Amino acid sequence: MPLRASKPSASAIPVPPQDRWKRFFDSDMLHAFVRSPLVMLAALIAFILVALAFLAPWLAPHDPYDLKSLNLMDSENPPSWVKGGDPRFWLGTDDQGRDIFSTILYGMRSSVLISMSAVGLALLMGVSLGLIAGYRGGWVDTVIMRIADIQLTFPSILTALLVDGIAQAVLKGSQLGNSHYLILVVAIGLSYWVQYARTVRGVAMVERNKEYVQAARLIGLSSRKIMFSHVLPNVLSPVLVLATINLALAIITEATLSFLGVGLPSSEPSLGTMIQIGNKFLLSGSWWMVAFPGATLALLVLAVNLVGDWLRDKLDPRLR
Amino acid sequence: MTPTLTQPAAPAPRATAVDVDAAELVRVRDLSRVFDVSKPWLNRMIEREPRKLLKAVSDVSFSINKRETLALVGESGSGKSTVAKMVVGLLRPTSGQVRIDGLDMWAGGDLTALRRRIQMIFQDPYASLNPRWRVDAIIADPIVAFGISTDRAEIEHRVGELLRLVGLDPLDGRKYPHEFSGGQRQRICIARALSSNPEFLVCDEPTSALDVSVQAQILNFMRDLQDQLGLTYLFISHNLAVVRHMANRIGVMYLGRVVELAPTQDIFRQPQHPYTRMLLDAVPDLAMSGRPRKMVEGEIPNPIDPPTGCTFHPRCPLAFDRCKREVPIALKTGFDRSVACHAVEEARG
Repeated sequence: MPLRASKPSASAIPVPPQDRWKRFFDSDMLHAFVRSPLVMLAALIAFILVALAFLAPWLAPHDPYDLKSLNLMDSENPPSWVKGGDPRFWLGTDDQGRDIFSTILYGMRSSVLISMSAVGLALLMGVSLGLIAGYRGGWVDTVIMRIADIQLTFPSILTALLVDGIAQAVLKGSQLGNSHYLILVVAIGLSYWVQYARTVRGVAMVERNKEYVQAARLIGLSSRKIMFSHVLPNVLSPVLVLATINLALAIITEATLSFLGVGLPSSEPSLGTMIQIGNKFLLSGSWWMVAFPGATLALLVLAVNLVGDWLRDKLDPRLR
Repeated sequence: MTPTLTQPAAPAPRATAVDVDAAELVRVRDLSRVFDVSKPWLNRMIEREPRKLLKAVSDVSFSINKRETLALVGESGSGKSTVAKMVVGLLRPTSGQVRIDGLDMWAGGDLTALRRRIQMIFQDPYASLNPRWRVDAIIADPIVAFGISTDRAEIEHRVGELLRLVGLDPLDGRKYPHEFSGGQRQRICIARALSSNPEFLVCDEPTSALDVSVQAQILNFMRDLQDQLGLTYLFISHNLAVVRHMANRIGVMYLGRVVELAPTQDIFRQPQHPYTRMLLDAVPDLAMSGRPRKMVEGEIPNPIDPPTGCTFHPRCPLAFDRCKREVPIALKTGFDRSVACHAVEEARG
């Protein structure tokens, strides 16, 4: 366990208080960040979008989940500035009379939540399995990495269909209600963990031969302790970069799955389901139903990607 | 790599045997280690190749008395680091015994009590400190792991003391390893090694990654520490000058065997094994005395396929028929010294 001496005590080492913050503000990272306006803009956009998503219940003018407030008379209204638009619905309404703007906010919340949880699950699985494979080596490594190879042969859509199918079979009818989120998280998480496992395994294989690991073995620390408190901090930075980039990919995967109808049902909006619904009405001229959710998705993914790319450039020593 | 004398003026060699009847702390008997370097099973089956075994260490025996320094020297690949790892408990020997204060290290049973008494200083001060840990956490790691203290204030106090002992500021504990130079890092490694109050330190080429000027500093510091704390050292090096400065006794290793074991003065004054003589002859003569310098001939053979008999015979000027057939055993040739050589045994040297 790292010994943190943040509490001032009557010891030989006086502890400077804002040590961490000072370090952070002095760092090259922050300096480089302030120097690149594009990345700052991207980070700002990503931050605003995520904030909007999580504040949806307070910001949205309508509640798309509240069926009582919906009126079929309001369906397929164009945006308010277009001829025939209703001032109550800024970006127009969909086929059920739901306000597009509100639905985008709620939908983005689902998308962001699902992709974050999925990446979290993938991180948890990938980092632990990769660490064990890389540190232990031998047959443990072989078994884990062969499973990873097999996993890699399944496209995430197939994995999702599989998970969905299993869930349908196990959970009957009414129980299925709230499990859509879980199915999506598991499906996306399962299809992404391999990348983390491979990255971590590679770094762990290098780290385990370093002398600081031998020094830890010498004092009789258990393998688990060495892996998680000595090796893990040294393998984390490439993984964090990968996680940021994968966050954008996970949003897209969620949208794809929902678009294909494997993900969330159309009664629970996500960016993907909105695009799916809107797609049906595109030929009838209701372009706003697909354009606005699509643009939001593109903006969100682009912003997160830009930040992720920049992080990779800064943290990956091979690219420096 | 050829052992070289890197310091202009060789410091006075250490006095032989601090205390003739000092208590023995470490005894190593017939230590061997074989590594399996064969290809995976499937490749072996397809290519019809046998298993390949590398005998890194063969039948190494020595003992170290309390407060004494035994040095092992040899070219790279001679197995000296493997011996160090087995003595310290990082690598299981294929056969043989390591006894520390009478306790068999590899016999099984609880090693915690024994581990506290042994520590190691590593070769590369850049790789031996975890770059993501603060120095105070690194030094406190053994204290926490052995449960020597659980009181945070006490641990911090101890870490501060250790940092001061190795010539650093207690405030340096808040920094990360990359903020220090190579010499400072090696001092931090020494502080970590000392934090569990060990009596026996295994030093695996502790100065070979450092600048020459810093090397001398660290070596002198380690000698002072030994006197101050009554430590026992097993010192691994390929540098004869360093070894001469540090060791009471020297074991010369060649291809996994100790070919000569003798007090430091005797090795330098009167080397007996042809390999030891070859090494000493190859030392560059910076005093410009005009002594003809002989190069070390040949290279260390491949340990997967070592020469028969005495493994040194292809390079040995004194080799004869018997050397190709028989492995020489170590023979006592004087007080506290032994040599494994047929030529010496038959007095042909």
